[in-house]
Amino acid sequence: MKVSRRTQAFWIAGAILIIAYAIIPVLWIISLSFKEGDDITNKSFLPSTWSWENYKTVFASDLFTTALRNSVGMSLIATTISVILATLAAYAISRLDFPGKRLVLGVALAITVFPVIAIATPLFDLWRNIGLYDTWLGLIIPYLSYSLPLSVYVLAAFFREIPWEMEQAAQVDGATAWQAFRRVIVPLATPGVFTAAILTFFAVWNDFVFGITLTSSEAARPVPAALAFFQGASQFSQPTAPIAAAAVVVTIPVVILVLLFQRKIVAGLTNGAVKG
Amino acid sequence: MSTTTSAAPPRAPKETRAARRVRLTDRTRKERNLGWMLAGPAFIAMVAVTGYPILNAIWLSLFDFRLTDPSGREFVFLGNYLTILTDGLFWQQFGITSLITIVTVSVELVLGFGLAMVMHRALYLRTALRTAILIPYGIITVVSSYAWAYAFSNTYGFVNGVFGLGEYDWFGGTWSALFTVCVAEIWKTTPFMSLLLLAGLAQIPDDYLEAAKVDGATAWQRVKRVILPNMKAAIMVALLFRTLDAFRIFDSIFIMTAGAQNTETLSFLAYRQTISRVMVGLGSAVSVILAILVVLIAVMFVKVFKTDLSQQRGDKK
Repeated sequence: MKVSRRTQAFWIAGAILIIAYAIIPVLWIISLSFKEGDDITNKSFLPSTWSWENYKTVFASDLFTTALRNSVGMSLIATTISVILATLAAYAISRLDFPGKRLVLGVALAITVFPVIAIATPLFDLWRNIGLYDTWLGLIIPYLSYSLPLSVYVLAAFFREIPWEMEQAAQVDGATAWQAFRRVIVPLATPGVFTAAILTFFAVWNDFVFGITLTSSEAARPVPAALAFFQGASQFSQPTAPIAAAAVVVTIPVVILVLLFQRKIVAGLTNGAVKG
Repeated sequence: MSTTTSAAPPRAPKETRAARRVRLTDRTRKERNLGWMLAGPAFIAMVAVTGYPILNAIWLSLFDFRLTDPSGREFVFLGNYLTILTDGLFWQQFGITSLITIVTVSVELVLGFGLAMVMHRALYLRTALRTAILIPYGIITVVSSYAWAYAFSNTYGFVNGVFGLGEYDWFGGTWSALFTVCVAEIWKTTPFMSLLLLAGLAQIPDDYLEAAKVDGATAWQRVKRVILPNMKAAIMVALLFRTLDAFRIFDSIFIMTAGAQNTETLSFLAYRQTISRVMVGLGSAVSVILAILVVLIAVMFVKVFKTDLSQQRGDKK
């Protein structure tokens, strides 16, 4: 389409406006995290003096560092297992004909529809009875079941676009179904798997409901939940600035992933939703 | 499968099954086995953790059961549901939840469409735009809630300063507090909406727009007559996803208002009943009601969606 210079200027202005929209709240919380002492109440966007004080407070606090360790550990474990299981399932769904295929997809859809809070409260009861309450495993398991549907849909959408003939060609050449999967499909599917992993990581990293309902101590509490229970350096100081610093720290992985894999994330979100 | 039935009837299906098995080629059978071998683990992981809690929640919702007093557990059948549905507080929270859903989703649809248009048309700043927009999408909801709560705070925030509102207390009244919650929600989720809409926008052939332009259609007419009708499917998917999500709003309420000033939503009510007040029976009943409402919304959408699509097909005849 031919685009006049004036129209293009209009779209550029729009783009700048959107970029500002997206990053101003993030800049605000960053600026807040650098405000020291009473400066926090200066009510202006920027600090009068920039200080690392709040980051020192946050990293000196066991509450935050253990929560960070829990978040990183549990997210990585849950993402890895979820993506492996989803890859196998999505391959079966998009390539193989087997009874119960629609059942698998239906269950996945039902889970995405079912409110997390409606699962979390009965799980709270169940986990207390069988000793999974306040443990890593007790959180990883629900993370798995809640992230699987998304990864299955994203991956199934990717797998449908992989050329069928290559797999058949491998089988004609004497490969078994498993070999065809392992040698031909896996390398072609790796980009999709990668995208699913990023989206899964975002979902798990973001969890709050399971984090607050299924934990009671530092043993397994992830960062989002810990933030809600965060206290200041002393019981009487306001935790606002340290919370801002902690919030910035947990946003860093998100920003890095977005900067590195922007294209893949957009493709994954749009493919999975429209075709899945 | 069944062990209690008499010997004769089960034999018949067994034979037919065996007969069918013979008809199945070796390859088909292998494919079926492999299918379940691959999909099975994911299926079990999904069902085991959600199936039991859902059934357990339905079962527990029939009891008057307080965690701190297990011996006082009493079967009350639908008593909990009656208690909830006749309580004015429940309906008020239902109203608040619906209001938040309608306001945020409609603003997001309009805003998201604008974002999608810009992303689709802008020739410059493309990468920067897509990267920036993914930050609200990827950011932790709790973090964005804190960012907005502090921005609106009359002790720490800049909002009052920028708009010259002095000491105005946003969290002191129901409507202003709900406004801040909606702003935070809209900021965080519009990018997701816009990406889904962008996928629909990208599928409209440029020729259509070119033709409309040649025929003298204004920009607004092109949006209304060409773009929107051709991306109906994408709009419905985006609306469905976001509505279901918005109706379950929890994180931002918890962080920003903690349900104060009558800003409690249904998810928050379910949480408070079960976890804070340990009224497991009543809390489970709220959860079940919430789940039923979400399913109803989903079914409603799918129904509208289907009639809509068939109508479109009818038009073309």
